[in-house]
Amino acid sequence: MAVCIAVIAKENYPLYIRSVPTENELKFHYTVHTSLDVVDEKISAMGKALVDQRELYLGLLYPTEDYKVYGYVTNSKVKFVMVVDSSNTALRDNEIRSMFRKLHNSYTDIMCNPFYNPGDRIHSRAFDTMVNSMMMQVC
Amino acid sequence: MEQGPAGGSGPAAAAAAAAAGTGGLLLPLSETEQQRYSELFSRCCPPPEAAAGGSSVGELFRASQLPPDTLHQITEVCGAKRVGYFGPAQFYIALKLIAAAQSGFPVRIESIKNELPLPRFMALKNDTEVRYGTPAEFHGVKFQVPHATLEKSSYKRADEGEKQEPKSPPMSPICSPPASPSTYQRIAQSYGYGKARSGLEQQHGAPYEVRHSTHQQDGPSSGNYGAKSCPSLQSLSVEREQQDSSSQYSDDPWRITEEQRDYYINQFRSLQPDLNAFISGSVAKNFFTKSKLPIPELSHIWELSDVDCDGALTLPEFCAAFHLVVARKNGYQLPETLPETLLPEYLQAACLKPVRDCALFDSYSEPLPSSQQTRDFSRAEVRGCKLGPYLADSDGSFFFSIPAAQEPNAHRARPRSRSYSSTSIEDAMKKGEEPPTPPPRPQKSHSRASSLDLNKIFQQNTQAMTDLLLQTEQPSEVELHPQMNRPPSQAEENSSAKKEVVLAQPPSKPARRKLRTEAQGLETPELSPTINVTSSLPAVKPHLPVQKQSSKQKRAIQTAIRKNKEANAVLARLNSELQQQLKEVHKERIALETQLEQLRPVTVL
Repeated sequence: MAVCIAVIAKENYPLYIRSVPTENELKFHYTVHTSLDVVDEKISAMGKALVDQRELYLGLLYPTEDYKVYGYVTNSKVKFVMVVDSSNTALRDNEIRSMFRKLHNSYTDIMCNPFYNPGDRIHSRAFDTMVNSMMMQVC
Repeated sequence: MEQGPAGGSGPAAAAAAAAAGTGGLLLPLSETEQQRYSELFSRCCPPPEAAAGGSSVGELFRASQLPPDTLHQITEVCGAKRVGYFGPAQFYIALKLIAAAQSGFPVRIESIKNELPLPRFMALKNDTEVRYGTPAEFHGVKFQVPHATLEKSSYKRADEGEKQEPKSPPMSPICSPPASPSTYQRIAQSYGYGKARSGLEQQHGAPYEVRHSTHQQDGPSSGNYGAKSCPSLQSLSVEREQQDSSSQYSDDPWRITEEQRDYYINQFRSLQPDLNAFISGSVAKNFFTKSKLPIPELSHIWELSDVDCDGALTLPEFCAAFHLVVARKNGYQLPETLPETLLPEYLQAACLKPVRDCALFDSYSEPLPSSQQTRDFSRAEVRGCKLGPYLADSDGSFFFSIPAAQEPNAHRARPRSRSYSSTSIEDAMKKGEEPPTPPPRPQKSHSRASSLDLNKIFQQNTQAMTDLLLQTEQPSEVELHPQMNRPPSQAEENSSAKKEVVLAQPPSKPARRKLRTEAQGLETPELSPTINVTSSLPAVKPHLPVQKQSSKQKRAIQTAIRKNKEANAVLARLNSELQQQLKEVHKERIALETQLEQLRPVTVL
């Protein structure tokens, strides 16, 4: 499944980023950061076309030899970025979409918490549990 | 002489070997000596080996309290040096020599042949050894030290173990161990230390362990305890499970008692009078923030308790959240997931079963008399220990000190929660006022009938307050101006009519002039509506004192309604006046026409 999952705020700072621990995590942070440019590009392109569903799955942002990066943006310009291992070819688009949907649902649950101020880092245990379930199980 | 020792050692060795084997001897070893030597030898040298270990032998020799050079001599003489190891022969000879040296004989082989007392070895770890020797007191003390230190180290470990645990309970000073009286006694037995002190410590440790074991059961995030506590934990958990099956209500910290439930329900009511409605997130946030828990913990509590994740708390969700807050304040770690007993469905079901609550109280009363016994038992043992009162008061009692079923703990904690709640109640009351429901939208157009009724009221003539006049006129002109396209804003107009009064004053004046221009030719009729309107005001006046008594909301709505009605009345009045004028004008016209007819020459001839 996913190797790295990140939630980026509207102002492009990370609200939550979690990687598979064995890898060099900094590499994933860097990847996510660079993918934000692609996300912005897609958003601006979509805006011109007046896409009906703004909170949409952006699809594959860019593939590299090791991994693929997928993006998703919500109405409030909160971005979800997911880095997936390229070797895991069994993952299909629908599965990625469903994973993003789950992320989005958990994110809205966090928003419902009155003690959470939007823009804070996310420390919710429920969210952590959900993300852990989606991360790759590294032996 | 050198040969002597060599020669002597040879037969002596053989003899010693023979002596070791059978007891027949060149070397006169008495039976006691033989016993002793063999014992010592077996101690220094484990049976399968043929030779004694050098270190143990060295220790033994040192224990003989002989000066080192003497010992060296002895080793030489007995032949170990030559042979390179302490065989039984050498060992026995050495022992003999030690005895000789201790008796004051020179270290020679010849001296062995004398009758010698047993060599004295102090500092041997066996009691038997000590007994055998003739321990000088100071020696004895010295060498009992290792034994004592061993024991003390074990106590120390116990102490440290205990001390670790008291450190963690400071966060729950009022918390009471849940051990039932039976488990308590079992703990005391299971430890079985001879000394009362250590036994006490163990007992102190045990209830903590029990509590922490329940901790562990309920909250996996609790701390670690020594391996010592593990076996006790297992036994205790087993015992507790048996207990749980019998008296479920007394042990579980996540179970809400009846009193707690009532308390929570009252708190809910203070925030939201309707028990079936929600408490919104912001209201709940303010309320729980008063508990002074850190925000991340409150956030977690919310996550746990808001099961449907809608940002609002129903009554069971609120009870669960409150319960978690209370638990946290009492020092319990928050669980990762919501315990079963705090699930909303469970709580709702519980609300419907008051019968069980009676069972609650019964179960409380049962452990009480037995707890009395253990209380005395523990009190007798405990000597001025700080933990005593907590232990004593809380045997067999519930975790929470909040329920008044038990003792000072309860009272100690209750004022705490009350003080928390007393401040909160006042604030909650202030904040708990429901936001005023928006006033019902006034109907855009009053029916003629209602306005006619009002017209009758408005018949009276009196002096009026000009401001009220203005106010009545403004809604009227406001209605005149933007006529049909503001139905929703009327509510706002009415509620903020006063604001619009101020704002609308300048436009009202031209409007009044407009009204006047409309009825320009009819100055007197113009005056009469105004007079009538003003006359309406004193009629309104008796309404006012009535309305002042009602709430502000009603007053606002009613003033709005009144203004509208007055405006309508004014317009109706105006209308009727104009109608009358029209009729008069008609009459005049008719009169004039008839006159004209009359005046016109009758041309028709």
